[in-house]
Amino acid sequence: MDGLTLVGTWIAAILTLCILSFLYKDNPFYKFAEYLFVGISAGFWIAYNYHNLLKPNLLEPLFGGQGEKGAFAVIFQDGQMDFRILTIIAGLLGLTMLFRFFPKVAWVSRYGIAFSVGLGAGLMFIVYLQANCLAQIKGTIIPPLVFNEGFDWGASLANTLLIVGVVSALVYFYFSKEHTGVVGGVARLGIWFLMVSFGAAFGFTVMARISLLIGRMEFLINDWIKGTLAALGLI
Amino acid sequence: MKFVLWLANIDRRIIFVLIAAAVIIPLLAPIGLPVTVTPQSKSIYDEVEALPPGSNVIVSFDYDPAAAPEVHPMALSFLRHCFERKHKVIIMALWPQGAQMAVRAMAEVGGEFDLEYGRDYVNLGYKPGGDIVIKSMGSSILEVFPRDMAGRATASLPLMAKVRNLNDVALVMDLSAGDPGIPAWVRVGNALYHRKIAGGSTAVSAPQFFPYLQTGQLIGLLGGLKGAAEYETLVKYPGAATSRMDSQSVAHLVIIAFIIFANVAYFISRRYQKGEKTERPAGPQAAP
Repeated sequence: MDGLTLVGTWIAAILTLCILSFLYKDNPFYKFAEYLFVGISAGFWIAYNYHNLLKPNLLEPLFGGQGEKGAFAVIFQDGQMDFRILTIIAGLLGLTMLFRFFPKVAWVSRYGIAFSVGLGAGLMFIVYLQANCLAQIKGTIIPPLVFNEGFDWGASLANTLLIVGVVSALVYFYFSKEHTGVVGGVARLGIWFLMVSFGAAFGFTVMARISLLIGRMEFLINDWIKGTLAALGLI
Repeated sequence: MKFVLWLANIDRRIIFVLIAAAVIIPLLAPIGLPVTVTPQSKSIYDEVEALPPGSNVIVSFDYDPAAAPEVHPMALSFLRHCFERKHKVIIMALWPQGAQMAVRAMAEVGGEFDLEYGRDYVNLGYKPGGDIVIKSMGSSILEVFPRDMAGRATASLPLMAKVRNLNDVALVMDLSAGDPGIPAWVRVGNALYHRKIAGGSTAVSAPQFFPYLQTGQLIGLLGGLKGAAEYETLVKYPGAATSRMDSQSVAHLVIIAFIIFANVAYFISRRYQKGEKTERPAGPQAAP
């Protein structure tokens, strides 16, 4: 590990410990690390978005870059049409979003928002319907009893559970009829299915959070402690 | 009873210390708990095995360093498997930092194989737009990515000369920490272009993708660190995920134990408090 990497590792390790110190109680070290993270993130994303979004998608097509002429140069110097000039429309629509900061002309931002909402809705309506609605309905239309060279208990139970689960959960979210009698009973069954799914989601969430903790602990043990000892020639 | 009441009101910092110990001790002294492979991981492995050598595979890096402990080991195993099978890998990213994660992954895996950039793999970099990017790739990948991550003209890369659009891609593997990621590839790549989509995701988002598995919209799913460890087991290359699974399992056992203790303590203390109330002599009722 070279000197610069070692310094970086120490800064990362100290900031990790500052954040973990919150587990004991709120303290100035935690606050320092938190504010530093927020500030650096804001700066990082401004720079990142400029270089990865604004520059390649708007500025370079209009003004040129990476050894290519921009649309303005092609049109006004070479006298040829260049359709990249149309990106100026996207740029102007993007600019209208910034009008939200000025209350008197905030209405201008509605044009940019309307365009992006309309485009998004139009492009995605069919695929959303197809992927998240129709395919899921199709996936629920399955036989409750399955015969594979005889009665297949496992598949039959799985299919029946799926059908009962979907129907009862849908009944739970049906509010046009009071949840009493048969409807109430089915809705109650739906709650049980929902609770099981929440439990599964919670289990996965615990797994995810523990994985992140493992990642940090591994960094502290291997990169920081062992890395420093190795750099000092102690191991 | 005192112990039960203490357990019911245990200081949360004691739980934090025990969880930390459950994570750190197995990292220092690995136990080597076995990793069982689930069908949803096996199906991805089988699909890669079944593809003829030289097939074009898109690997979409849609995660950032925050999700790396879970998703990055999946990327390494999957890339190893593809290169072992001589598949051509087209790397892209729908997340800004995904392209850098891909560079990191290739730096770790690339040296193990005799690979040539542009012939065996390409890194097209990051493109903003999510669903719209995938939709446009259905018509022309070169138009969406005119240059690769390093700024080279994509058309000049030999691998990309054979890949015009998504129809020329045999499999898409999306390594996802959110949206755009697996949902976008399922919505557009599968629903619109009928491509085979496999996914690897953080554990926290995995449950929402299980309905896609049941309907066949996803051919397989690696969920969290466990999914990553399963793929490492399948490709017979135990790596970071496998070594982390000991800590994961022990930490889970500690959490399960605390859930059981807390529930038992809650019910015992509730019964004790009820008993106390009934034994108390009747007196004036408190105003509601």
